[in-house]
Amino acid sequence: MSSSILRPGLLTTIQDAGRFGYQQAGVIVSGPMDPWALRLANLLVGNPPNAAGLEITLLGPTIRFEADHLICLSGADLSATLDGQQLPLNRPVAVQQGSTLAFGAARMGCRTYLAFSGGLTVPAVLGSQSTYLRAQLGGLEGRALRAGNVLPAAGPTPAGKRLHQQLLGQYPGQNWVAARWYPAVEPAFASGGNAITIRAIRGPEYELFTPASQQNFWREEFLVTPHSDRMGYRLAGPGLDRRTEREILSSAVTFGTVQVPASGEPIVLMADHQTTGGYPRIGQVISADFSQLAQVPPGGRLRFQEVSLSEAHYWSLRQEKQLQQLQRALALRYYQ
Amino acid sequence: MEQPTSPTDLLPPAQIYPLGDAAVVLQLGDTISEATHRTLQALGHSLDHATFPGLREYVPAFTTLTVYYDPWVVSQRGQHDPNQVVAEWLFSLLHNLPTASASEPQPVVEIPVCYGGRYGPDLALVAEHTGLAPAEVIRLHTEPEYLVYMIGFAPGFPYLGGMPEQLSTPRKAHPRPLVPAGSVGIAGGQTGVYSLPTPGGWQLIGRTPLRLFTPEGASPSLLRAGQRLRFVAITEDTYEHLLTHEQ
Repeated sequence: MSSSILRPGLLTTIQDAGRFGYQQAGVIVSGPMDPWALRLANLLVGNPPNAAGLEITLLGPTIRFEADHLICLSGADLSATLDGQQLPLNRPVAVQQGSTLAFGAARMGCRTYLAFSGGLTVPAVLGSQSTYLRAQLGGLEGRALRAGNVLPAAGPTPAGKRLHQQLLGQYPGQNWVAARWYPAVEPAFASGGNAITIRAIRGPEYELFTPASQQNFWREEFLVTPHSDRMGYRLAGPGLDRRTEREILSSAVTFGTVQVPASGEPIVLMADHQTTGGYPRIGQVISADFSQLAQVPPGGRLRFQEVSLSEAHYWSLRQEKQLQQLQRALALRYYQ
Repeated sequence: MEQPTSPTDLLPPAQIYPLGDAAVVLQLGDTISEATHRTLQALGHSLDHATFPGLREYVPAFTTLTVYYDPWVVSQRGQHDPNQVVAEWLFSLLHNLPTASASEPQPVVEIPVCYGGRYGPDLALVAEHTGLAPAEVIRLHTEPEYLVYMIGFAPGFPYLGGMPEQLSTPRKAHPRPLVPAGSVGIAGGQTGVYSLPTPGGWQLIGRTPLRLFTPEGASPSLLRAGQRLRFVAITEDTYEHLLTHEQ
C-alpha cells in the first residue's frame, strides 16, 4: 500500500495534528503549519482529523503510487498534476496503482497537504506521527522525505475503497478520477499581491512597547523575510521598541505568538516553535487565522489587525463548527 | 503572632491573562523564588488530579503556569466564554491548594559530569574569568543542590537555580555551531545541560553521559520541574563506561 518518492521537493514532511501533552518536558507540538488544510484533506478522504498526511512546501515532490489510493490535496495551489493532468484541490481523488503525482509553480499560498484514505502508517513517537526535524523524531526517520523513500500507508478504509470503486467505475479506463463534488467551505486564505491581513489580539507584554510601536504594529506592513521556517516567521518592518529594557522571565509561548527580540524585528512563532521563550510578546495571532498565516510565502507581506479575545473565540468556534458540519455531512453520504 | 492561613498568602497576587484564544496564563509576580515555584508546582499537581474537559496540557515556568485548552470543548460548543471558564477553574484551584504538607524530601538526582579536557573545553576560560583554579570551579559547581525551575528551550533542557555566584561567566561572543548533547555549560549566572545537539553560546565546562531526552520512553525528560539535582565529578574512564552502559 506504499508510494515511492521519486523527487522529495523542497521540504516534504509527515505531519498529523501535532504532539500534544509533552510541552512541559520541552517537547514541541510540531504538526501542520496550516492545521485547517490538513484537517480538510483528511475529512475529504474520510479520515479522522488527526490522521498523518504530507505537508508539502513551495516546490512539491514527485510521488508514484504503488497501490490504489483515495487521496485529497488541500491548501496551497502548487500546480499539482496526476499523470500530467491538472489535479483539483479539495476533492477526493481515486488513484490507480502506477499513477504519478507531480507539482509545478506555486500559484497561491505555499503549503499544501496530501491526505491518504487510511492514513500514513509511520510509527507514533510520544503519541504523534508528526516529524520533529531538530530532534530527528517522528515522521519518516525524523526527517524530511528524500528521493527513494517509500511511504508506508494503510490503504483506503472500507468506505474509502467503496468511493474509490464508485469514482473509477464511472470512467472506465481512466488512471484517476476526482469527485465532482467539493465542500462549501470558505477558502481559508486570500490571494493577490496585497498584504494579507492577519488578525491578532494584544500579547501579554503589549503595554511594554512604546505608543508609537504599538501603533506601528497594527498600522504598518511587515515583510516575511527568507529567514522564515517551520519554527517561525522573521518579519521586517518598522522597528518595535520597548519603553524599558527590563528583562522578561522565560514563559510559555504558542503558535501565533508574536515576540520581539532586542533587534525590534518581530518573530511570529509557527508549528515548530520552542515551548518557552523570553522575549516580550506584543501580539498573538488568532487561531482562525493560522491557515492564512501559514500560506504567506517568504517575500510575502502581512498586516496585523487588532481583534478582541471574544472575537477570536467567535471565529475559532465558527471554523470548528464548519469543519464538524462537513465531517457529519461526509459521514452521512460517503463514509459511514 | 500572625499566622499565615494559606500557603498563597505570602505570595504576590495572582494575575490571569490570555495567551491567545486557546491558552490562559496564571502569573505570580515577576521574581524567581522557591515559594512561587512551589505554589506553581502545587497548582500543576492539582490540575493533574482535577482536570477538566478540554484541558490539553499545561506548562510551568519561573513565575507562570500556562494552560492550553480546546475552546470548542471548554465553551461547550460556544455556550460559555472559554477563557473565563478556565480562569475561574485556575483561581479556584489556586485558592484551594492543599496546605504545604511537610513535603517528603524528594530524592536528589545525581548527574555525573566529566569536567574539563575534551568534554569541557571552556573550563580553563571559566577559571581564568572567575580567578579560580579549575579544581575550585569544579568543587563549587558540584557543591550545591540545584532546583529544576522549569524545562524549556529544548526537550529535557532544565533551567536550574542555585549556581554559586562566583562561577558567573558571560556567554561566548560567537556561539558554537554545534554543541554536543550532554554538555554542561555556564551562561552568565545560569548553569544548564544541553539535551540535544544544538548551536549554543554557553561556556562548556564538562559533559554528562546521561541522556536528558529519551523520546522512546514514556517519560521523555530525565528531569522535571520541581526536582533537585547535584552534579558529581567523574573521570573520563567512568564517563566512557557510563556512556557505553547508557546507550
